Amino acid sequence: MDFSLTEEQTMLKDSVNRFLGKNFSFEQRRKMLADRQPMSTQLWQGLAELGVLGVPFSPEDGGYGGGGVETMLVMEALGCNLTLEPYLATVVLAGGCVARGAADWQKKILLPKIIDGSMILAFAHSEPNARFDLGHVGTRATRDGNNFVLEGEKTLVLHGSVADKFIVSARTAGDPGDARGVTLFIVEADEENLGGQEYPLFEGTRALDLQLAGVKVGPESVVGTLDQAMPLIDTVLDRAMAALCAEAVGIMDALHATTVDYLKTRQQFGQPIGRFQALQHRAVDMLVQLEQARSMALLAASKVDSSDVSERRRVVAAAKEMTGRAGRYVGQQAIQLHGGMGMTDELNVSHYFKRLTAIDVLFGNAASQRTRFATMKESGATAQMKPPRKSWVKI
Amino acid sequence: MDLNYTKEETAFRGEVREFIRGHLPGDLSRKVLEHKRLGKEDYVRWQKILFEKGWLAAGWPVEYGGTGWSAIQRFIFEDESAAAGAPRLTPFGLHMVGPVIIAFGTDHQKKQYLPRILSSEDWWCQGYSEPGSGSDLASLKTRAERKGDKYIVNGQKTWNTHGQWADMCFCLVRTSSEGKKQDGISFLLIDMHSPGITVRPIITLEGEHEVNEIWFENVEVPVQNLVGDENRGWTCAKFLLSHERTGIAGVGASKRELHYLKHIATQEQEGGKPLMEDPLFRDRVAKVEIDLMALEITCLRVASADRDGKAPGPEASILKIKGTEIQQELTELMMDAVGPYALPHLPMAWGDHWIGAHVGPDYAAPLAARYFNYRKTTIYGGSNEIQRNIIAQMVLGL
Ligand SMILES: Cc1cc2nc3c(=O)[nH]c(=O)nc-3n(C[C@H](O)[C@H](O)[C@H](O)COP(=O)(O)OP(=O)(O)OC[C@H]3O[C@@H](n4cnc5c(N)ncnc54)[C@H](O)[C@@H]3O)c2cc1C
Repeated sequence: MDFSLTEEQTMLKDSVNRFLGKNFSFEQRRKMLADRQPMSTQLWQGLAELGVLGVPFSPEDGGYGGGGVETMLVMEALGCNLTLEPYLATVVLAGGCVARGAADWQKKILLPKIIDGSMILAFAHSEPNARFDLGHVGTRATRDGNNFVLEGEKTLVLHGSVADKFIVSARTAGDPGDARGVTLFIVEADEENLGGQEYPLFEGTRALDLQLAGVKVGPESVVGTLDQAMPLIDTVLDRAMAALCAEAVGIMDALHATTVDYLKTRQQFGQPIGRFQALQHRAVDMLVQLEQARSMALLAASKVDSSDVSERRRVVAAAKEMTGRAGRYVGQQAIQLHGGMGMTDELNVSHYFKRLTAIDVLFGNAASQRTRFATMKESGATAQMKPPRKSWVKI
Repeated sequence: MDLNYTKEETAFRGEVREFIRGHLPGDLSRKVLEHKRLGKEDYVRWQKILFEKGWLAAGWPVEYGGTGWSAIQRFIFEDESAAAGAPRLTPFGLHMVGPVIIAFGTDHQKKQYLPRILSSEDWWCQGYSEPGSGSDLASLKTRAERKGDKYIVNGQKTWNTHGQWADMCFCLVRTSSEGKKQDGISFLLIDMHSPGITVRPIITLEGEHEVNEIWFENVEVPVQNLVGDENRGWTCAKFLLSHERTGIAGVGASKRELHYLKHIATQEQEGGKPLMEDPLFRDRVAKVEIDLMALEITCLRVASADRDGKAPGPEASILKIKGTEIQQELTELMMDAVGPYALPHLPMAWGDHWIGAHVGPDYAAPLAARYFNYRKTTIYGGSNEIQRNIIAQMVLGL
């Protein structure tokens, strides 16, 4: 049992934080939002040069060879700096599909470009009627000789409008809810019969709804094994959720610190409002939630690479639940404790709050994660104890 | 970072499990698992078994009969003990006054008391609270006046857990009323068999006798029973509060109770289906289970900082608050799980010799009582409001 970071990990964390502190600011974020800019090419290039975009990829693929913990460190930093970059979409989601599913020759083409920042990928998986069912794929890929024709709709494709390519999940067999029969395809953004509309999420991330109206792709665009993409998608989504938990912890950390500072400086009734016990206790409860969420983000980061799939899924669902719930609490209290200032767009508090709210919703909010968690099978280790037998006694 | 147990830690867990399997009497663990009433002899029985093995005072230095285990090992030990249904170790000697004597006591006190704590010869109780001094403990009034080589103690303590069984009491008493109220307090070890001491039971809401009032009327206490300096008792009291941080969260016992809860909720039927399949109930169980998973990791973070000789981070301060909230939630869920069968009040059925009939399933009888009794957890040991005050001031600097 070891919670300490290695020297390399500490360096990674420090260098990302230092870079973002120097090259990105809250004012820039607000300007990007006003200009409807999905990302900053300059910042992305900077992250690439720092090696951050290669963090989760293996050294053979030209990456840094990091695991869940390294991704966590990057995501925490991206979160507390309120960046808008497509790290989740390109590196964790689409990049994850490529790194864990694609053939070597595909990796050779794609990964170096992801890592050097010259190619943006987006993951087109969610569908209009799926709600939080991550296994729901209705988009069809019908065979046409050697080729496939893709037909269907994808929604909430994060950073889709800046993507050069999409990784699209589509059904090559079975019905929308089936675990089998899903295949991943690489689809060029400039493909014919591919349409869409771009919109912002409430916190500013830009997303795309995609219409695939008979998009023709060749057999070389298939990622991984035909019909068998679901386990791969699950793995990648678990990593994405663990990454989001880390981002949320980075945000909650910043938000809690900001709020405690505000309690010490804002004066009312002739004293700092932090003197009021009602507010002190709220600040402590925020800390309780934050530390509990941090524990789960750590656990998730350390288990996403685990070969025990059921344990991995259980831990990730629990972590996503905990951070979602904690995020709501910490965010709501941060606004409340800032009073009217918390309501303004001018202060980063509202931006943090909205991002936390979005993180909760992405890939299933706390309530849906609880359901997922509760209906999962426990792996052997946790179900070791034998309960006493029940015996009815008749009177 | 590696949140898996190391080979050594896993081997240690195996060794602990093996020992407990071989030595924890079945009738004793059954009582614990089924929430039966435990008597002094039950606690002492298990403590003697552990003492013989040398595993009783896990947190003490080896030279005083401790184990020398790391905080992670202690966590594992607690986890295994709780899972197997071992009675909890009475904290007053082992986790409270023992470490205080080790840190502040004289050689004579160490020789006199530590071995008797280990052998369970002395049962200790804690004499801090008074009718007028609860959260504001430093306002306490029980007086100790020095007369030659004795203190004469007069006053009243209250809420003394298991004081009815106690041979010794560690007390905070006022030895001076000058200066700051914290500065006139001393830490005294009082023989409960001394003349002038009266112990009266307080029956708590579930109907049990767990706590007591203690009256002191001209009780003579030898001066050599003073721990630390006169008027410096507050230092001992504060030291005691900071000791054994991870134990306070009760993670191991809560894991056991969660397991039991799921067992009950699988047996109980509603609308022809196990209660565990009811989405609302299942949701509440999932929530507390996730909270507990998180708290376990939080505890391990604290334990590993301790093992590595690092100062505890802010996470250490949340253990009591979150741990007790979870304990209470579990007792509430268990009571809710049996529905109307929470209602019958059958205190006889909580005893171990009960062979009479149950109303409803046998596991139902003690559940409401436990729910009532566990309201104490957010009150004692520094109420959760006081914990929040302390964190706000000491950790957040408010
Ligand atoms: C079952 C049980 C066993 C116990 N065992 C022992 C024992 O063995 N030895 C011993 O010495 N004591 C023991 N205690 C006593 C326990 O430590 C006290 O009950 C506790 O310190 C609270 O004091 P009080 O009961 O006087 O409540 P009060 O201090 O009167 O508190 C009443 C309420 O006011 C709140 N409150 C008080 N001050 C503040 C503040 N500044 N800010 C916000 N809220 C505040 C409290 O949180 C509580 O909710 C036990 C108590 C119980 C219930």
